[in-house]
Order: sequence, then C-alpha cells, then structure tokens
Amino acid sequence: MKELVLRIATTILFLLVPILGVWTFVGSAYPGKWWPEVYAAWFPENVSTYGPKIDQLFNLILWMVGITFVLTEGILVWCIFWYGKPRKSKAWFSHGNHKLELIWTAVPSVLLLIIAFSQMGAWAEIKFTSHMGKFPDGTEGPYSAEQPLMEVYASQFDWRARYADPSGNFDGVDVIESAYDIYVPADTPVVFHLKSRDVLHAFFVPQFRLKQDAVPGLTIPVWFQAEEGSYDLICAELCGWGHYKMAGRVHVIPKDEFERWLADQRDALYSNGTDDLAEAD
Amino acid sequence: MNPPPSAEPAPLGLAPEGTVHVHHEHHEIGFIRKYIFSTDHKVIGMQFMFTGLIFLVLGGLLAMAIRWQLAFPWQEMPVIGRLLFPETGRVVSPEYYTMLFTMHGTVMIFFVIIPLLTGAFGNFLIPLMIGAPDMAFPKLNMMGYWAMLPAIFFLMLGFGAEGGGPAAGWTAYPPLSTITSAAPGSASAQTYWLLALTWVGVSSMMGAVNYVTTIAKMRAPGMTLYRMPLSIWGLGVAAILQLFALPVLTAAGFMQLFDRVLHTGFFTPTNLVVNNVGVDYAVANPETATAAGGHPLLWQHLFWFYSHPAVYIMVVPAMGFASDIIAVHARKPIFGYKPMVYSIAGIAGLGFIVWGHHMFTSGMNPTVGMVFMVSTIMIALPSAIKVFNWLGTLWGARIRFTTPMLYALAFVSMFIIGGLSGIWMAATPVDVYIHDTYIVVAHFHYVVFAGSVFAILAAIYHWFPKMFGRMMNETLGKIHFFGTFIFTNGVFYMMHQLGIAGLMRRTADPYSYEIYAHLQPLNEAISYCAFALFAWQIFFVINFFHSLFWGRRVGRNPWQATTLEWQAPSPPGHGNFDHQLEVHRGPYEYSGPEVEEDYLPQTRKL
Repeated sequence: MKELVLRIATTILFLLVPILGVWTFVGSAYPGKWWPEVYAAWFPENVSTYGPKIDQLFNLILWMVGITFVLTEGILVWCIFWYGKPRKSKAWFSHGNHKLELIWTAVPSVLLLIIAFSQMGAWAEIKFTSHMGKFPDGTEGPYSAEQPLMEVYASQFDWRARYADPSGNFDGVDVIESAYDIYVPADTPVVFHLKSRDVLHAFFVPQFRLKQDAVPGLTIPVWFQAEEGSYDLICAELCGWGHYKMAGRVHVIPKDEFERWLADQRDALYSNGTDDLAEAD
Repeated sequence: MNPPPSAEPAPLGLAPEGTVHVHHEHHEIGFIRKYIFSTDHKVIGMQFMFTGLIFLVLGGLLAMAIRWQLAFPWQEMPVIGRLLFPETGRVVSPEYYTMLFTMHGTVMIFFVIIPLLTGAFGNFLIPLMIGAPDMAFPKLNMMGYWAMLPAIFFLMLGFGAEGGGPAAGWTAYPPLSTITSAAPGSASAQTYWLLALTWVGVSSMMGAVNYVTTIAKMRAPGMTLYRMPLSIWGLGVAAILQLFALPVLTAAGFMQLFDRVLHTGFFTPTNLVVNNVGVDYAVANPETATAAGGHPLLWQHLFWFYSHPAVYIMVVPAMGFASDIIAVHARKPIFGYKPMVYSIAGIAGLGFIVWGHHMFTSGMNPTVGMVFMVSTIMIALPSAIKVFNWLGTLWGARIRFTTPMLYALAFVSMFIIGGLSGIWMAATPVDVYIHDTYIVVAHFHYVVFAGSVFAILAAIYHWFPKMFGRMMNETLGKIHFFGTFIFTNGVFYMMHQLGIAGLMRRTADPYSYEIYAHLQPLNEAISYCAFALFAWQIFFVINFFHSLFWGRRVGRNPWQATTLEWQAPSPPGHGNFDHQLEVHRGPYEYSGPEVEEDYLPQTRKL
C-alpha cells in the first residue's frame, strides 16, 4: 500500500513537469481564462524589421524542443509508472541496441543542423556590415556602416547620442549631442556607431530585439529599422553599482519630424543661447 | 609535486604478484593525522563535502537576499536587515546587490559544485570504484584540500573589504574589474577575489593530477577502461578538462591581477575615462608609467575558454553519478554503455570549441559567431544521446523508489529542460534578444542546480551508507525530495517567461522600466518559492546529522549493487579493501540470467 502510494505520487510529480511546463508557455503567451493576466510574461511588442525573424526562429526552436520535451518527459513518466510496479520477474536484461543508438544519433543531428543553418540568414542580416543600412527590399538607405547617422556613447551610467555634422564628421563643432533621449527617423534603416567611454555596457531595446555590447576601445556598427514610437533603452551588461538605472529612451519619429528636430538642434547650437535669454525676458 | 611515498603504502594497485599493499599492521594514527591532516582519500573527500555543504548554505543565503530585492526592491529586510545594513536603513543598496550576485555565482561554482563533485565524490569514489587502496599521490591529495583554505580566507576577506565586496560579476569582466575606481567592489575586494580563485585553481589542479594518474595507473586487475563505472568516466574526463583548461584561467587571473596591481594593460584600452578621470596611466602618472592599449575582449576569450569547459566539469560527473544510481535502483544494465562513454568524451571535446557562445553580443567578429553557433548546437547531440540512453535504461526496469533514485530521476527530468533551453542560447539571432536575460538564468540553473545539485543530493543519499556505515532516513529523504523538486521548479521554470519578456539579469530594480513594470508579481511568486526551497532544506540537514550518529547500521552492500566500492566494509578502513580484488565483468550486470539474484558483482568469479 505504502509502495503504491509512493509510486503514484512519484508518477504524478513527474507528470506535472510536462503538463505544467507546456501550460506555462501556452498560458504566458495567451493569458486569459486559464492563465492569470498578472503572471503573463511574453515577448514585448515587436517594432523592428528583423525582429519578427528572431521571434520566428525562437518559435521554430520552441516547437522543436517543445515536442522533444513532451516526448522524453512522457517516456520518463511512463517508465516510472509502469516499471515501478513490483514484479516477480527480473528486469529486461539488455545492454543496448546498436540500431537504436544509430537512429537517435542521426535524427537529432539532422534536426540540430537544420536549426543551426536556419539561423545564418537572420544573423548575417543583423550583424554583417554589408547588410547594414539597407531597406528590407535590399535598396540602399541614407546611412551605412561607413556613414552612420550617429555615434552612441555609453558611460557610467548614461547614454549619449552624437549626430554627425552635415558633412558626416563626428569631430567638428557642429556635432549635436543628446543625452538620455535618442531621436531617430522611423521606417529608415538607422546605422550608428556604438562606443563606450569606460567599462562594458550593452545597448538593449527589447522591442527592437536588438542587443549589442559597447566595448571601450572598439567602434561597433549597429543598425535597426523601427516603427514610430518611444522605447526603453536598457543597459544589458553589468557596468557598476548604477547598472540598474542606466536607462535611455529611443524616440522613433517620422522622418520629416526628425529632420526638423535635427535642424532645430543645429539652430540652437548657433544661437549661442540668446533665444533662451530672450524667452527669459 | 611528486612526494616520495615514504610514509604511505606504495601507490601501486598492480603489484607484480597481483597483491596490494594493504595496511594489515594497524599502526595508531593520532586524531590530527587521521581527521585534519589526513592523507586518506575518504577523509579528504569528507573534508571537501563538509566544506562544500557549508558554502552551499552561504551561497543559498546570498540567493535569498537577491530574491528579497527582486521581489521587494528597496524595502526593509526584516530581522537580518538591521544587522547587515544599519547604515542604509535596512535595505539592500545597489552596490550591495552587485556584490550579492557576484558572490552567489562565485561561491556556488567554485566553492560548492566543483568541490562537491570532484573534491568530495571524486576523492571518495575513484579509489573505491576502481579497487585501489588510495590515490596515487596521497600527500598531494591532502595539500589539494588545504589549498582551499587560503581560497576561503581570501573569499571571506573579499566580503569585508574596504568599499564593499567584489562586484564585477562572477565573470569579472574588465575594465569594470580592473579599474579600481570603476566600482566600489573593484577597490581592493576584486584583488582578493582573484587570489581566492587562483587558490581554488591550485586545489583543483592537485586533485585533477591525482584523479587522472589514479584512474590510469591504479585500477584493480581486470578493471579495463570499459569496465569502469560511468561515475569514474565522468570524474576522469572532468579531471582532464581541469588539466587543460585551468592553466588558461590561472594565467588570465594573473593578467587581471597585474592589470590591477602593477598597472599593466592587458585588458585596458587607451583613452579610458572612468568617473571623469583618465585612466591612461602613462598620462596620469608619468613616474609609474605603464601601458594601456589592451583589449577587454581578451579576458572574455580567456575566461570562457576555462569557464565553458568548467560548465561541463560541473555536469559530466553528475551525469556519471546519475547513471550509476539509476542502474542500481532500476536493477538494469545501463543502456548503451559505450555510447554513454563516447558522449561524455564528445561533450568534453566539443566543450573546448564552444566558448564563443558567451560572446555573441560582445562585439566579436560575427563570422566567428557562426562557427561557435554550429559547434554549440552540435554539443546538444551527445547530451541528447545520454538522455535517450537513460530512458532506455529505465525501459523494462524494476524501479525501486529510494531517495537516491528519486533524485537521479529528477536529474534526468530537469536536465532535459536545461539541455533543451540551451538551444535557444546557441542560436545566434535568438541570442541577440535573450542574451543576459532571465532565460539564461533559468537555463543554467536547470543544468547546475536542478541538474548537478540534484545529482549531488542523489549521490549523498546513495553513498552515505558507504561513507558512514549508516543509512539515511528514507521517509525524511522523500519529504525532502518532494518539496525540493516542487519548489525548484517554482523558482526556476517561470524564469523562462521572464527572459522571453526581456527581463535583464543583474538588475537591482527592473520595475522602474516601463517595459518590466508588470513583472513584479511574477518575481514575487518566484521569491516565495525560493524562500520555501531554502527553508525546506532543513529536512536534509536534520536527516544528514541524525543519520550520521543514529542512522540504521548497514553491511557492505545495502543497495545490492555490483560495483567495487560495495565490496569494501562500510565505512572502509585505511587501505579500503580487506583483500585484493579482481574484476571479471562490467559494472552494470543487473538482472542477468547467470545468477539467481538480480545483481552480479564485478568481483564475483563464476
């Protein structure tokens, strides 16, 4: 009796792993009646052009590992339930099966290679400088890895964007700086150079599905093309005691509005602050 | 180190006449030689075990403080807050939080998992399972444990260092770790941290030399390589990994130490400005002018070249223990013994060429990232083969639901989760999003906590009768198991969801971000599970100490197992076996047709 209780309890415990495991994922993705809204946690809204590809690849792997998870945990539960039953006969005396080993070596390796090679395109699109600054249809945009829109500087514990002067230089007097708030044009492939002044940081905007470390001593070209909106910029690499509050805000605004903002900033640069004085009067 | 075997039995398992130098003459050893400065592998193993378990409590407490902050950021910590943080109004300060996760990782990896797996069970099991009287170099073995002492000393010094404990993460990425003004914990604590790590390395190295030599040279007659239990394969391969990878970490640690103390510039680039002060020493201090012009990514390469194999050092022996325990309590031979061995070797070999998957977003050349992605995804293959073979072992078994078996089964169940979630991290484009989020935290805790720690618990319950000659209490063991299993999943499973939502790790107060604000209730629930998980371990502590003194006494082979350690008395005396063992067959002859009972020990001659 005691043994039966133990066997059933163990079976149920191990059975809960695949059941609750799948339920948690489904519930988090589709909260509602079967999953409390307050515990829902799933992908934030996706606003960049390569973001959906990352989500698709995630989901492809989710399906493959999900099926494997349910199958293997299911077999484990079955073994616990069925072969935990007290029997008079001895266990199946087997040291293995060559054919089975071949099958469960070959099949996963093919699946794993499929997973590996299906990643290459998206990776190249996000990371290779030759892909940077192009519209999704392949046409050249206004910026490139060689001619970026801006430099983004990370330092303990803030973000600072520096916009090139009209001739594309970053070392002239006409460079516009903006701390915390970073403005970029919408629906345009934006390329920028990521730099750090002190320690490692990482440029992370969850809605863009974009993360890139900023490394002192390196200039790293980064790009994205995003829809209009205003998004949290988060430091994703431990950078010291204030790491948790190293926030910024990326404002993706319509292209003409961006041009106007840039022109206003440039005017302010030349006005020598006299406008402010006039306003103060 | 090659101490002459003067005071010790000749370190030869294979004497020409087939006899072994066993101490039949019983010379008295004083308390200090016997229990403190012991050269007996079993005593050293237990020293490692008690040290590891004490640090498990410390690492757990650090985790509890992390969970407190994540559930209730900047709120007064009840009771302990008054003692720990009187000056901050009983709340965890941001710099204290960075110390917490740094030290949690450091303690758990270098002072708990590795010492418990290789130090405790490596020491205890290797000579016993291969039929040797002791390790090849008993004095070196003793020094291996005592090298942990300076490591512990420097670790503790780090907690109390001026400015605060080490706070650069357990990965100690420069320049945060090398520039003393970059973080409070980088003032002097980081130096102690590096020294602690170096001493842990010295300890591991002495152990690894011993394990490899002992396995290679001291197996009992008839114990061929393919008759060794999988625990020994796991421990041996882990020792080889240590031998190859540790020198790199030690060298890198010294480079970082030089950067900090001697102002070299291995990892310090030029034109660094920290706290609005230039750190270019050549400019700042012309007298003590030293170099900059180094590269922060160099550390990441060197560190992960050790620390990725270290992940396998932490899991390969655990796989071996789980295999052995499953075979014993399932009363069935391991399914596919040789594929199991090959997959251990495959994991170890591939383990050396996957370190770059920690650096997909680091600024490393993206073409190199592609290569690391393919090798990393392929390392899932040997792990998958192992899982299938465990399932094959259970198919047609006669399972006995003992506490060690429950933990070994849980190891398989949890390792499936930890292994599968690793594929997301290996896939480079997906990693761009999930890198350094909680899905990574979920992944490695499923491997290292729900995997390795469960296997360690299984091993403690399984080999406790051999260590102390007494059984652990089965009822308490099962209570401990059910609670631990439930709360472990309560803590770590939903971290996958947090990661998918993009939640960053190492963030003291994520809820100030608009995008993370809704994740607080979930983190609170996780924290309650974590507190319960920690509290539940009281059942283990009671069981352990009660059984140590008052447990049921057992004979040599309480589990009816086949491997050599069960031929020795419980507990084995100095020299382990009372006669020369001879091995006639493989380690997993359960339920065979040759004998009536369902197990056939390796040593029995038919």
